[in-house]
Amino acid sequence: MADIKQLYQEVILDHNKKPRNFGALENPSHKAEGVNPLCGDHIFLSLRVQDNKVEAVAFQGEGCAICKASTSMMTTNVKGKTVEEAETLVQEFRDMATGKLDVHKQPNHLGRLAVFEGVKDLPSRVKCAILPWHTLHAAFNSMATTTTENEEEPMKSAGVTI
Amino acid sequence: MNKATSVRSQNTVTDLLDVARIRADFPILAHHINGKPLVYLDNAASSQMPQPVIDRLVRYQTQEHANIHRAVHTLSEHATAEFEEARRKAQRFINAKDEHEIIFTRGTTESINLVMHGYGRAFIKAGDEIIISWLEHHSNIVPWQMLCQEKGAKLRIAPINDAGEILLDEYQKLFNERTKFVALSHVSNALGTVNPVREMITTAHQRGIPVLLDGAQAAPHLRLDVQALDCDFYAFSGHKICGPTGIGVLYGKRALLEKMQPFQGGGDMILSVTFEKTTYNTIPYKFEAGTPPIAAAIGMGSAMDYLNGIGLQRIGAHETELLNYATQQFGAIKDVRIIGTAKHKAAVLSFLVDGVHPHDVGTILNEDGIAIRTGHHCAQPVMQRFGVPATARASFAFYNTLEEVDALVAGIKKVQRMFA
Repeated sequence: MADIKQLYQEVILDHNKKPRNFGALENPSHKAEGVNPLCGDHIFLSLRVQDNKVEAVAFQGEGCAICKASTSMMTTNVKGKTVEEAETLVQEFRDMATGKLDVHKQPNHLGRLAVFEGVKDLPSRVKCAILPWHTLHAAFNSMATTTTENEEEPMKSAGVTI
Repeated sequence: MNKATSVRSQNTVTDLLDVARIRADFPILAHHINGKPLVYLDNAASSQMPQPVIDRLVRYQTQEHANIHRAVHTLSEHATAEFEEARRKAQRFINAKDEHEIIFTRGTTESINLVMHGYGRAFIKAGDEIIISWLEHHSNIVPWQMLCQEKGAKLRIAPINDAGEILLDEYQKLFNERTKFVALSHVSNALGTVNPVREMITTAHQRGIPVLLDGAQAAPHLRLDVQALDCDFYAFSGHKICGPTGIGVLYGKRALLEKMQPFQGGGDMILSVTFEKTTYNTIPYKFEAGTPPIAAAIGMGSAMDYLNGIGLQRIGAHETELLNYATQQFGAIKDVRIIGTAKHKAAVLSFLVDGVHPHDVGTILNEDGIAIRTGHHCAQPVMQRFGVPATARASFAFYNTLEEVDALVAGIKKVQRMFA
Protein backbone atom coordinates (compact mmCIF):
# COMPACT_ATOMS: atom_id res chain seq x y z
CA MET A 1 0.00 0.00 0.00
CA ALA A 2 1.17 3.50 -0.74
CA ASP A 3 2.12 5.75 2.13
CA ILE A 4 -0.96 6.74 4.10
CA LYS A 5 0.02 10.38 3.60
CA GLN A 6 -0.81 10.01 -0.08
CA LEU A 7 -4.43 9.59 0.91
CA TYR A 8 -4.51 11.88 3.91
CA GLN A 9 -2.84 14.68 2.02
CA GLU A 10 -3.30 18.39 2.59
CA VAL A 11 -6.25 18.85 0.25
CA ILE A 12 -8.29 16.12 1.96
CA LEU A 13 -7.39 17.24 5.47
CA ASP A 14 -8.23 20.80 4.49
CA HIS A 15 -11.66 19.95 3.08
CA ASN A 16 -12.31 17.85 6.20
CA LYS A 17 -11.50 20.79 8.42
CA LYS A 18 -13.21 23.45 6.31
CA PRO A 19 -15.89 21.72 4.27
CA ARG A 20 -17.11 23.81 1.32
CA ASN A 21 -20.82 24.31 0.63
CA PHE A 22 -21.71 23.14 4.12
CA GLY A 23 -25.35 23.74 5.01
CA ALA A 24 -28.78 23.24 3.45
CA LEU A 25 -30.35 24.98 0.46
CA GLU A 26 -33.62 26.77 1.09
CA ASN A 27 -35.55 25.67 -1.97
CA PRO A 28 -33.87 22.55 -3.26
CA SER A 29 -35.22 20.91 -6.39
CA HIS A 30 -33.61 17.64 -5.38
CA LYS A 31 -32.39 16.21 -2.11
CA ALA A 32 -31.21 12.92 -0.70
CA GLU A 33 -29.78 11.42 2.44
CA GLY A 34 -26.81 9.06 2.36
CA VAL A 35 -25.92 6.62 5.13
CA ASN A 36 -23.09 4.21 5.78
CA PRO A 37 -24.63 2.22 8.63
CA LEU A 38 -21.35 0.43 9.30
CA CYS A 39 -19.32 3.50 10.22
CA GLY A 40 -21.98 6.09 10.90
CA ASP A 41 -21.25 8.35 7.93
CA HIS A 42 -24.43 10.34 7.40
CA ILE A 43 -24.93 13.14 4.88
CA PHE A 44 -27.84 15.24 3.66
CA LEU A 45 -27.46 16.65 0.18
CA SER A 46 -29.62 19.39 -1.31
CA LEU A 47 -29.44 20.56 -4.92
CA ARG A 48 -30.97 23.22 -7.08
CA VAL A 49 -31.05 22.03 -10.67
CA GLN A 50 -32.19 24.51 -13.29
CA ASP A 51 -32.23 23.98 -17.05
CA ASN A 52 -30.49 20.66 -16.45
CA LYS A 53 -27.62 22.41 -14.66
CA VAL A 54 -26.53 22.11 -11.03
CA GLU A 55 -26.97 25.73 -9.94
CA ALA A 56 -26.36 25.15 -6.26
CA VAL A 57 -25.46 22.28 -3.99
CA ALA A 58 -24.99 22.00 -0.23
CA PHE A 59 -24.49 19.29 2.34
CA GLN A 60 -24.80 18.66 6.03
CA GLY A 61 -23.91 15.69 8.16
CA GLU A 62 -21.24 13.80 10.00
CA GLY A 63 -18.58 11.45 8.81
CA CYS A 64 -14.92 10.55 8.67
CA ALA A 65 -12.36 12.75 6.95
CA ILE A 66 -12.50 10.72 3.76
CA CYS A 67 -16.30 11.03 3.55
CA LYS A 68 -16.43 14.70 4.48
CA ALA A 69 -13.65 15.72 2.14
CA SER A 70 -15.10 13.65 -0.67
CA THR A 71 -18.48 15.33 -0.19
CA SER A 72 -16.99 18.79 0.05
CA MET A 73 -14.89 18.33 -3.09
CA MET A 74 -17.83 16.80 -4.89
CA THR A 75 -19.92 19.90 -4.26
CA THR A 76 -17.25 22.20 -5.66
CA ASN A 77 -16.78 19.93 -8.68
CA VAL A 78 -20.38 19.43 -9.74
CA LYS A 79 -21.52 22.99 -9.31
CA GLY A 80 -22.19 24.49 -12.75
CA LYS A 81 -22.12 21.10 -14.44
CA THR A 82 -25.01 19.52 -16.32
CA VAL A 83 -26.72 16.53 -14.76
CA GLU A 84 -25.09 14.29 -17.39
CA GLU A 85 -21.63 15.70 -16.68
CA ALA A 86 -22.14 15.18 -12.96
CA GLU A 87 -23.35 11.61 -13.54
CA THR A 88 -20.20 10.96 -15.56
CA LEU A 89 -18.16 12.09 -12.55
CA VAL A 90 -20.19 9.80 -10.31
CA GLN A 91 -19.35 6.84 -12.52
CA GLU A 92 -15.69 7.76 -12.92
CA PHE A 93 -15.21 8.43 -9.21
CA ARG A 94 -16.74 5.09 -8.38
CA ASP A 95 -14.57 3.31 -10.94
CA MET A 96 -11.44 5.01 -9.59
CA ALA A 97 -12.28 4.15 -5.97
CA THR A 98 -12.91 0.52 -6.81
CA GLY A 99 -9.77 0.22 -8.93
CA LYS A 100 -11.55 -0.11 -12.28
CA LEU A 101 -10.30 3.19 -13.60
CA ASP A 102 -6.60 4.06 -13.63
CA VAL A 103 -6.61 7.85 -13.57
CA HIS A 104 -3.04 7.95 -14.83
CA LYS A 105 -3.66 5.85 -17.91
CA GLN A 106 -7.29 6.19 -18.86
CA PRO A 107 -9.06 9.36 -19.97
CA ASN A 108 -11.32 10.87 -17.32
CA HIS A 109 -12.77 14.11 -16.01
CA LEU A 110 -11.83 13.72 -12.34
CA GLY A 111 -9.04 16.31 -12.13
CA ARG A 112 -8.18 17.00 -8.49
CA LEU A 113 -10.66 14.37 -7.35
CA ALA A 114 -7.89 11.92 -8.20
CA VAL A 115 -6.51 12.56 -4.69
CA PHE A 116 -8.98 9.89 -3.56
CA GLU A 117 -7.32 7.29 -5.73
CA GLY A 118 -5.60 5.77 -2.68
CA VAL A 119 -8.86 4.44 -1.19
CA LYS A 120 -8.78 1.63 -3.73
CA ASP A 121 -6.13 0.02 -1.52
CA LEU A 122 -8.36 0.35 1.56
CA PRO A 123 -11.46 -1.75 0.87
CA SER A 124 -13.05 -0.81 4.18
CA ARG A 125 -12.78 2.88 3.32
CA VAL A 126 -14.03 2.81 -0.27
CA LYS A 127 -17.60 3.28 0.94
CA CYS A 128 -16.64 6.42 2.86
CA ALA A 129 -15.34 8.07 -0.32
CA ILE A 130 -18.17 6.89 -2.56
CA LEU A 131 -21.09 7.76 -0.26
CA PRO A 132 -21.55 11.40 -1.42
CA TRP A 133 -21.45 10.32 -5.05
CA HIS A 134 -24.11 7.69 -4.47
CA THR A 135 -26.13 10.29 -2.66
CA LEU A 136 -25.80 12.71 -5.56
CA HIS A 137 -26.97 10.02 -7.94
CA ALA A 138 -29.88 9.27 -5.61
CA ALA A 139 -30.77 12.98 -5.47
CA PHE A 140 -30.81 13.28 -9.25
CA ASN A 141 -33.10 10.30 -9.36
CA SER A 142 -35.22 11.61 -6.48
CA MET A 143 -34.53 8.79 -4.10
CA ALA A 144 -34.84 9.91 -0.52
CA THR A 145 -32.19 7.72 1.04
CA THR A 146 -29.25 5.79 -0.22
CA THR A 147 -26.73 3.50 1.34
CA THR A 148 -23.52 1.92 0.15
CA GLU A 149 -24.50 -1.34 1.82
CA ASN A 150 -25.97 -2.79 -1.38
CA GLU A 151 -22.60 -3.50 -2.88
CA GLU A 152 -23.88 -5.41 -5.87
CA GLU A 153 -25.99 -2.63 -7.29
CA PRO A 154 -25.04 0.43 -5.26
CA MET A 155 -26.60 2.79 -7.77
CA LYS A 156 -29.96 1.14 -7.45
CA SER A 157 -30.49 1.50 -3.71
CA ALA A 158 -34.07 1.40 -2.64
CA GLY A 159 -35.52 4.61 -1.41
CA VAL A 160 -38.65 6.68 -1.09
CA THR A 161 -39.46 9.14 -3.79
CA ILE A 162 -39.77 12.69 -2.54
CA MET B 1 14.49 3.16 32.14
CA ASN B 2 11.50 3.90 29.91
CA LYS B 3 7.96 4.41 31.14
CA ALA B 4 6.85 0.89 30.41
CA THR B 5 9.72 -0.70 32.32
CA SER B 6 9.24 1.48 35.37
CA VAL B 7 5.58 0.53 35.63
CA ARG B 8 6.34 -3.12 35.16
CA SER B 9 8.92 -3.23 37.95
CA GLN B 10 6.28 -2.09 40.41
CA ASN B 11 4.11 -5.09 39.75
CA THR B 12 5.15 -8.46 41.01
CA VAL B 13 2.13 -10.35 39.69
CA THR B 14 3.06 -9.65 36.09
CA ASP B 15 6.61 -10.78 36.65
CA LEU B 16 5.09 -14.22 37.00
CA LEU B 17 3.74 -13.98 33.46
CA ASP B 18 6.56 -14.46 30.98
CA VAL B 19 4.99 -12.47 28.16
CA ALA B 20 7.97 -12.89 25.82
CA ARG B 21 7.71 -16.66 26.11
CA ILE B 22 3.94 -16.57 25.68
CA ARG B 23 4.28 -14.41 22.56
CA ALA B 24 6.60 -17.00 21.05
CA ASP B 25 3.61 -19.39 21.12
CA PHE B 26 1.66 -17.14 18.74
CA PRO B 27 3.15 -17.28 15.23
CA ILE B 28 0.99 -14.42 13.97
CA LEU B 29 2.45 -12.00 16.51
CA ALA B 30 5.81 -12.21 14.73
CA HIS B 31 4.27 -10.89 11.52
CA HIS B 32 4.73 -7.44 10.09
CA ILE B 33 1.90 -5.32 8.76
CA ASN B 34 2.81 -2.51 6.37
CA GLY B 35 6.45 -3.17 7.23
CA LYS B 36 5.89 -2.65 10.96
CA PRO B 37 5.68 -5.28 13.72
CA LEU B 38 2.05 -6.21 14.27
CA VAL B 39 0.55 -4.63 17.40
CA TYR B 40 -2.65 -6.60 17.73
CA LEU B 41 -5.14 -4.76 19.93
CA ASP B 42 -8.40 -6.11 18.53
CA ASN B 43 -8.74 -9.06 20.87
CA ALA B 44 -12.32 -8.30 21.85
CA ALA B 45 -13.25 -8.96 18.21
CA SER B 46 -11.19 -12.13 17.96
CA SER B 47 -8.10 -13.41 19.70
CA GLN B 48 -5.10 -15.09 18.07
CA MET B 49 -4.33 -18.79 18.18
CA PRO B 50 -1.25 -20.30 19.86
CA GLN B 51 0.82 -23.03 18.19
CA PRO B 52 -0.42 -25.86 20.48
CA VAL B 53 -4.00 -25.21 19.33
CA ILE B 54 -2.93 -24.97 15.68
CA ASP B 55 -1.02 -28.25 16.15
CA ARG B 56 -4.07 -29.87 17.71
CA LEU B 57 -6.21 -28.93 14.71
CA VAL B 58 -3.59 -30.26 12.29
CA ARG B 59 -3.25 -33.51 14.25
CA TYR B 60 -7.00 -34.00 14.26
CA GLN B 61 -7.29 -33.43 10.51
CA THR B 62 -4.23 -35.49 9.61
CA GLN B 63 -4.77 -38.46 11.92
CA GLU B 64 -8.11 -38.52 13.69
CA HIS B 65 -10.96 -37.23 11.57
CA ALA B 66 -14.22 -39.10 11.06
CA ASN B 67 -17.84 -38.28 11.74
CA ILE B 68 -18.93 -38.73 15.33
CA HIS B 69 -21.73 -40.54 17.19
CA ARG B 70 -22.28 -42.82 14.19
CA ALA B 71 -20.02 -45.56 12.89
CA VAL B 72 -18.37 -48.37 14.81
CA HIS B 73 -15.00 -48.00 13.14
CA THR B 74 -11.92 -46.93 15.06
CA LEU B 75 -11.58 -43.40 13.69
CA SER B 76 -15.20 -42.56 14.39
CA GLU B 77 -14.96 -43.86 17.94
CA HIS B 78 -11.76 -41.92 18.49
CA ALA B 79 -13.17 -38.69 17.06
CA THR B 80 -16.29 -39.13 19.20
CA ALA B 81 -14.16 -39.61 22.32
CA GLU B 82 -12.10 -36.49 21.57
CA PHE B 83 -15.23 -34.44 20.83
CA GLU B 84 -16.84 -35.54 24.10
CA GLU B 85 -13.58 -34.85 25.94
CA ALA B 86 -13.77 -31.29 24.56
CA ARG B 87 -17.23 -31.08 26.11
CA ARG B 88 -15.81 -32.06 29.49
CA LYS B 89 -13.04 -29.47 29.08
CA ALA B 90 -15.71 -26.81 28.48
CA GLN B 91 -17.60 -28.11 31.51
CA ARG B 92 -14.52 -27.70 33.71
CA PHE B 93 -13.65 -24.34 32.08
CA ILE B 94 -16.87 -22.80 33.40
CA ASN B 95 -17.34 -25.22 36.31
CA ALA B 96 -20.67 -26.63 35.17
CA LYS B 97 -22.09 -29.38 37.33
CA ASP B 98 -22.76 -31.81 34.51
CA GLU B 99 -21.18 -32.30 31.06
CA HIS B 100 -24.65 -32.72 29.56
CA GLU B 101 -25.28 -29.07 30.34
CA ILE B 102 -22.69 -28.09 27.68
CA ILE B 103 -24.11 -27.60 24.18
CA PHE B 104 -21.77 -26.92 21.30
CA THR B 105 -22.93 -24.11 19.01
CA ARG B 106 -21.38 -21.96 16.29
CA GLY B 107 -20.67 -19.25 18.82
CA THR B 108 -22.23 -16.84 21.30
CA THR B 109 -24.74 -15.55 18.76
CA GLU B 110 -26.05 -19.01 17.98
CA SER B 111 -26.11 -19.87 21.69
CA ILE B 112 -28.36 -16.91 22.41
CA ASN B 113 -30.57 -17.66 19.43
CA LEU B 114 -30.86 -21.25 20.61
CA VAL B 115 -32.24 -20.06 23.94
CA MET B 116 -34.55 -17.61 22.17
CA HIS B 117 -35.98 -20.46 20.06
CA GLY B 118 -35.81 -23.29 22.56
CA TYR B 119 -36.93 -21.44 25.66
CA GLY B 120 -38.37 -18.13 24.47
CA ARG B 121 -40.65 -19.41 21.75
CA ALA B 122 -41.89 -22.17 24.03
CA PHE B 123 -42.54 -20.16 27.18
CA ILE B 124 -42.81 -16.42 26.44
CA LYS B 125 -46.36 -15.22 25.77
CA ALA B 126 -48.13 -12.05 24.73
CA GLY B 127 -47.78 -9.33 27.34
CA ASP B 128 -44.69 -10.90 28.94
CA GLU B 129 -41.59 -8.79 29.48
CA ILE B 130 -37.92 -9.52 28.84
CA ILE B 131 -35.23 -7.44 30.53
CA ILE B 132 -31.90 -6.66 28.88
CA SER B 133 -29.44 -3.83 29.51
CA TRP B 134 -28.30 -0.82 27.52
CA LEU B 135 -24.84 -2.38 27.21
CA GLU B 136 -25.82 -5.36 25.12
CA HIS B 137 -24.17 -6.46 21.90
CA HIS B 138 -26.65 -6.67 19.03
CA SER B 139 -26.57 -10.46 19.42
CA ASN B 140 -28.21 -10.09 22.83
CA ILE B 141 -30.75 -7.53 21.61
CA VAL B 142 -32.00 -8.61 18.19
CA PRO B 143 -33.02 -12.22 19.05
CA TRP B 144 -35.13 -10.91 21.94
CA GLN B 145 -36.61 -8.20 19.76
CA MET B 146 -37.57 -10.84 17.19
CA LEU B 147 -39.17 -12.91 19.94
CA CYS B 148 -41.07 -9.91 21.32
CA GLN B 149 -42.33 -9.08 17.84
CA GLU B 150 -43.50 -12.63 17.26
CA LYS B 151 -45.16 -13.06 20.65
CA GLY B 152 -46.36 -9.57 21.40
CA ALA B 153 -44.01 -9.41 24.36
CA LYS B 154 -42.12 -6.34 25.52
CA LEU B 155 -38.41 -5.59 25.80
CA ARG B 156 -37.37 -3.59 28.88
CA ILE B 157 -33.94 -1.96 28.99
CA ALA B 158 -31.87 -1.39 32.14
CA PRO B 159 -30.20 2.03 31.70
CA ILE B 160 -26.54 2.89 32.33
CA ASN B 161 -24.75 5.88 33.85
CA ASP B 162 -22.12 8.08 32.18
CA ALA B 163 -19.37 5.70 33.27
CA GLY B 164 -21.08 2.86 31.41
CA GLU B 165 -22.35 1.04 34.51
CA ILE B 166 -25.82 -0.44 34.75
CA LEU B 167 -28.01 1.49 37.20
CA LEU B 168 -28.97 -1.29 39.59
CA ASP B 169 -31.88 0.61 41.15
CA GLU B 170 -33.37 1.15 37.71
CA TYR B 171 -32.74 -2.48 36.81
CA GLN B 172 -34.63 -3.61 39.89
CA LYS B 173 -37.53 -1.29 39.12
CA LEU B 174 -38.04 -3.00 35.75
CA PHE B 175 -39.24 -6.21 37.41
CA ASN B 176 -42.94 -6.86 37.71
CA GLU B 177 -45.36 -9.78 37.46
CA ARG B 178 -45.01 -9.75 33.66
CA THR B 179 -41.22 -10.20 33.70
CA LYS B 180 -40.40 -13.64 32.34
CA PHE B 181 -36.75 -13.58 31.23
CA VAL B 182 -33.52 -11.64 31.75
CA ALA B 183 -30.58 -11.54 29.30
CA LEU B 184 -27.43 -9.62 30.28
CA SER B 185 -23.88 -9.22 29.14
CA HIS B 186 -21.32 -10.35 31.70
CA VAL B 187 -18.75 -7.94 30.25
CA SER B 188 -19.60 -5.15 27.77
CA ASN B 189 -17.80 -5.54 24.45
CA ALA B 190 -17.97 -1.84 23.61
CA LEU B 191 -16.92 -0.38 26.96
CA GLY B 192 -15.38 -3.22 28.94
CA THR B 193 -17.72 -2.80 31.91
CA VAL B 194 -17.85 -5.91 34.10
CA ASN B 195 -21.45 -6.05 35.25
CA PRO B 196 -22.40 -7.06 38.80
CA VAL B 197 -24.13 -10.12 37.40
CA ARG B 198 -24.17 -12.13 40.63
CA GLU B 199 -26.29 -9.45 42.29
CA MET B 200 -28.43 -8.99 39.18
CA ILE B 201 -29.10 -12.72 38.99
CA THR B 202 -30.19 -12.76 42.64
CA THR B 203 -32.70 -10.00 41.88
CA ALA B 204 -34.20 -12.09 39.08
CA HIS B 205 -34.11 -15.37 40.99
CA GLN B 206 -35.98 -13.86 43.94
CA ARG B 207 -38.86 -13.68 41.48
CA GLY B 208 -38.12 -17.06 39.91
CA ILE B 209 -37.01 -15.57 36.59
CA PRO B 210 -34.26 -17.28 34.57
CA VAL B 211 -31.18 -15.31 33.50
CA LEU B 212 -28.98 -15.74 30.43
CA LEU B 213 -25.48 -14.28 30.51
CA ASP B 214 -23.67 -13.31 27.31
CA GLY B 215 -20.13 -14.26 28.31
CA ALA B 216 -18.41 -13.64 24.97
CA GLN B 217 -16.19 -10.95 26.49
CA ALA B 218 -15.91 -12.48 29.95
CA ALA B 219 -14.62 -15.92 29.01
CA PRO B 220 -11.21 -14.64 27.80
CA HIS B 221 -10.54 -12.63 30.96
CA LEU B 222 -12.29 -14.03 34.01
CA ARG B 223 -12.24 -17.37 35.73
CA LEU B 224 -15.78 -18.56 35.20
CA ASP B 225 -17.91 -20.49 37.62
CA VAL B 226 -21.48 -20.85 36.43
CA GLN B 227 -22.49 -22.63 39.62
CA ALA B 228 -21.26 -19.78 41.80
CA LEU B 229 -22.91 -17.24 39.46
CA ASP B 230 -26.03 -19.40 39.48
CA CYS B 231 -26.92 -18.17 35.98
CA ASP B 232 -29.42 -20.29 34.09
CA PHE B 233 -27.71 -19.95 30.70
CA TYR B 234 -24.18 -18.90 29.77
CA ALA B 235 -23.00 -18.26 26.20
CA PHE B 236 -19.48 -17.76 24.87
CA SER B 237 -17.34 -18.23 21.74
CA GLY B 238 -14.23 -20.27 20.99
CA HIS B 239 -12.49 -17.69 18.82
CA LYS B 240 -12.32 -15.13 21.62
CA ILE B 241 -10.46 -17.57 23.88
CA CYS B 242 -7.67 -18.42 21.41
CA GLY B 243 -9.69 -21.19 19.76
CA PRO B 244 -11.11 -21.51 16.25
CA THR B 245 -14.08 -19.63 14.80
CA GLY B 246 -17.35 -21.46 14.21
CA ILE B 247 -17.52 -23.02 17.66
CA GLY B 248 -19.01 -21.83 20.91
CA VAL B 249 -20.79 -23.03 23.98
CA LEU B 250 -24.21 -22.72 25.46
CA TYR B 251 -24.36 -23.76 29.07
CA GLY B 252 -27.83 -24.32 30.48
CA LYS B 253 -29.11 -25.75 33.72
CA ARG B 254 -30.24 -29.32 33.10
CA ALA B 255 -33.84 -28.79 34.21
CA LEU B 256 -34.29 -25.87 31.83
CA LEU B 257 -32.59 -27.56 28.89
CA GLU B 258 -34.78 -30.61 29.36
CA LYS B 259 -38.01 -28.68 29.15
CA MET B 260 -36.91 -26.61 26.15
CA GLN B 261 -37.92 -27.39 22.59
CA PRO B 262 -35.23 -28.31 20.04
CA PHE B 263 -33.58 -25.56 18.03
CA GLN B 264 -32.88 -27.26 14.70
CA GLY B 265 -34.14 -30.60 13.47
CA GLY B 266 -31.96 -33.23 11.86
CA GLY B 267 -29.58 -36.06 12.51
CA ASP B 268 -28.03 -36.62 15.96
CA MET B 269 -30.84 -34.76 17.74
CA ILE B 270 -33.24 -37.71 17.51
CA LEU B 271 -33.68 -41.07 19.19
CA SER B 272 -36.10 -42.45 16.61
CA VAL B 273 -37.84 -41.13 13.53
CA THR B 274 -40.95 -42.37 11.74
CA PHE B 275 -43.12 -40.29 9.45
CA GLU B 276 -45.72 -40.19 12.20
CA LYS B 277 -43.52 -39.26 15.13
CA THR B 278 -40.00 -38.33 16.11
CA THR B 279 -38.59 -38.87 19.57
CA TYR B 280 -35.92 -36.33 20.44
CA ASN B 281 -32.55 -37.23 21.85
CA THR B 282 -31.57 -36.35 25.40
CA ILE B 283 -29.54 -33.24 26.24
CA PRO B 284 -27.15 -32.00 25.00
CA TYR B 285 -27.67 -33.90 21.71
CA LYS B 286 -31.26 -32.67 21.40
CA PHE B 287 -29.73 -29.28 20.53
CA GLU B 288 -26.92 -30.48 18.27
CA ALA B 289 -28.58 -31.36 14.97
CA GLY B 290 -26.30 -32.38 12.13
CA THR B 291 -22.57 -32.95 12.04
CA PRO B 292 -21.01 -30.44 14.41
CA PRO B 293 -17.70 -28.58 13.86
CA ILE B 294 -15.73 -31.47 15.35
CA ALA B 295 -12.25 -30.10 14.73
CA ALA B 296 -13.25 -26.68 16.04
CA ALA B 297 -14.69 -28.17 19.24
CA ILE B 298 -11.51 -30.16 19.86
CA GLY B 299 -9.46 -27.05 19.04
CA MET B 300 -11.47 -25.01 21.53
CA GLY B 301 -10.82 -27.68 24.17
CA SER B 302 -7.13 -27.37 23.43
CA ALA B 303 -7.36 -23.57 23.75
CA MET B 304 -8.97 -24.00 27.17
CA ASP B 305 -6.06 -26.25 28.18
CA TYR B 306 -3.68 -23.55 26.98
CA LEU B 307 -5.40 -20.78 28.98
CA ASN B 308 -5.62 -23.00 32.06
CA GLY B 309 -1.89 -23.70 31.69
CA ILE B 310 -1.20 -19.98 32.06
CA GLY B 311 -3.95 -19.46 34.61
CA LEU B 312 -6.98 -17.21 34.19
CA GLN B 313 -6.06 -15.29 37.34
CA ARG B 314 -2.59 -14.44 36.03
CA ILE B 315 -4.13 -13.57 32.67
CA GLY B 316 -6.59 -11.26 34.40
CA ALA B 317 -3.85 -9.62 36.47
CA HIS B 318 -1.66 -8.92 33.45
CA GLU B 319 -4.59 -7.53 31.46
CA THR B 320 -5.57 -5.30 34.37
CA GLU B 321 -2.04 -3.95 34.42
CA LEU B 322 -2.23 -3.25 30.67
CA LEU B 323 -5.59 -1.52 31.09
CA ASN B 324 -4.41 0.61 34.01
CA TYR B 325 -1.24 1.61 32.19
CA ALA B 326 -3.15 2.43 28.99
CA THR B 327 -5.80 4.40 30.91
CA GLN B 328 -3.07 6.37 32.64
CA GLN B 329 -1.19 7.05 29.38
CA PHE B 330 -4.40 8.06 27.59
CA GLY B 331 -5.19 10.45 30.42
CA ALA B 332 -1.99 12.27 29.59
CA ILE B 333 -2.85 12.79 25.91
CA LYS B 334 -4.64 16.04 25.22
CA ASP B 335 -8.03 15.88 23.47
CA VAL B 336 -8.52 12.15 23.87
CA ARG B 337 -11.64 10.95 25.68
CA ILE B 338 -12.16 7.47 27.08
CA ILE B 339 -15.73 6.18 26.67
CA GLY B 340 -16.53 3.76 29.47
CA THR B 341 -14.95 4.47 32.80
CA ALA B 342 -16.61 1.86 34.99
CA LYS B 343 -14.91 0.99 38.27
CA HIS B 344 -14.81 -2.65 37.30
CA LYS B 345 -13.56 -3.08 33.74
CA ALA B 346 -12.05 -5.72 31.51
CA ALA B 347 -9.10 -4.75 29.31
CA VAL B 348 -11.11 -2.77 26.76
CA LEU B 349 -10.42 0.87 26.02
CA SER B 350 -12.98 2.69 23.88
CA PHE B 351 -11.88 6.18 23.01
CA LEU B 352 -12.39 9.25 20.86
CA VAL B 353 -9.77 11.59 19.46
CA ASP B 354 -11.25 15.09 19.30
CA GLY B 355 -11.88 16.23 15.74
CA VAL B 356 -10.89 12.91 14.18
CA HIS B 357 -13.39 10.24 13.15
CA PRO B 358 -12.55 6.79 14.60
CA HIS B 359 -12.24 5.32 11.11
CA ASP B 360 -9.49 7.77 10.26
CA VAL B 361 -7.78 6.90 13.55
CA GLY B 362 -7.99 3.20 12.66
CA THR B 363 -6.69 3.63 9.12
CA ILE B 364 -3.73 5.72 10.20
CA LEU B 365 -2.83 3.39 13.10
CA ASN B 366 -2.99 0.46 10.69
CA GLU B 367 -0.27 2.12 8.65
CA ASP B 368 1.98 1.57 11.68
CA GLY B 369 0.91 -2.05 12.09
CA ILE B 370 -1.47 -1.28 14.96
CA ALA B 371 -4.76 -3.17 14.73
CA ILE B 372 -7.69 -1.70 16.63
CA ARG B 373 -11.43 -1.84 16.05
CA THR B 374 -13.35 1.22 14.95
CA GLY B 375 -17.08 1.55 14.55
CA HIS B 376 -20.14 0.90 16.63
CA HIS B 377 -18.90 -2.49 17.88
CA CYS B 378 -22.30 -4.08 17.19
CA ALA B 379 -23.59 -2.07 20.13
CA GLN B 380 -25.35 0.88 18.52
CA PRO B 381 -27.51 1.67 21.59
CA VAL B 382 -24.30 2.18 23.60
CA MET B 383 -23.06 4.61 20.94
CA GLN B 384 -26.42 6.43 20.99
CA ARG B 385 -26.26 6.64 24.80
CA PHE B 386 -22.93 8.48 24.53
CA GLY B 387 -24.06 10.52 21.52
CA VAL B 388 -21.32 9.25 19.20
CA PRO B 389 -21.63 7.36 15.89
CA ALA B 390 -18.59 5.24 16.60
CA THR B 391 -15.53 4.87 18.80
CA ALA B 392 -12.03 3.53 18.41
CA ARG B 393 -11.42 0.52 20.63
CA ALA B 394 -8.20 -1.05 21.79
CA SER B 395 -8.75 -4.39 23.50
CA PHE B 396 -5.92 -6.26 25.19
CA ALA B 397 -5.02 -9.90 25.67
CA PHE B 398 -2.48 -11.56 27.95
CA TYR B 399 0.08 -11.60 25.11
CA ASN B 400 0.07 -7.82 24.77
CA THR B 401 2.83 -5.75 26.33
CA LEU B 402 3.21 -2.35 27.93
CA GLU B 403 5.50 -1.46 25.00
CA GLU B 404 2.54 -2.07 22.67
CA VAL B 405 0.51 0.40 24.72
CA ASP B 406 3.35 2.87 24.16
CA ALA B 407 3.14 2.18 20.41
CA LEU B 408 -0.60 2.86 20.49
CA VAL B 409 -0.09 6.14 22.34
CA ALA B 410 2.60 7.20 19.86
CA GLY B 411 0.26 6.29 17.00
CA ILE B 412 -2.54 8.44 18.40
CA LYS B 413 -0.18 11.37 18.76
CA LYS B 414 0.78 10.91 15.11
CA VAL B 415 -2.92 11.01 14.15
CA GLN B 416 -3.30 14.24 16.10
CA ARG B 417 -0.29 15.78 14.35
CA MET B 418 -1.72 14.88 10.94
CA PHE B 419 -5.10 16.42 11.75
CA ALA B 420 -3.71 19.44 13.59
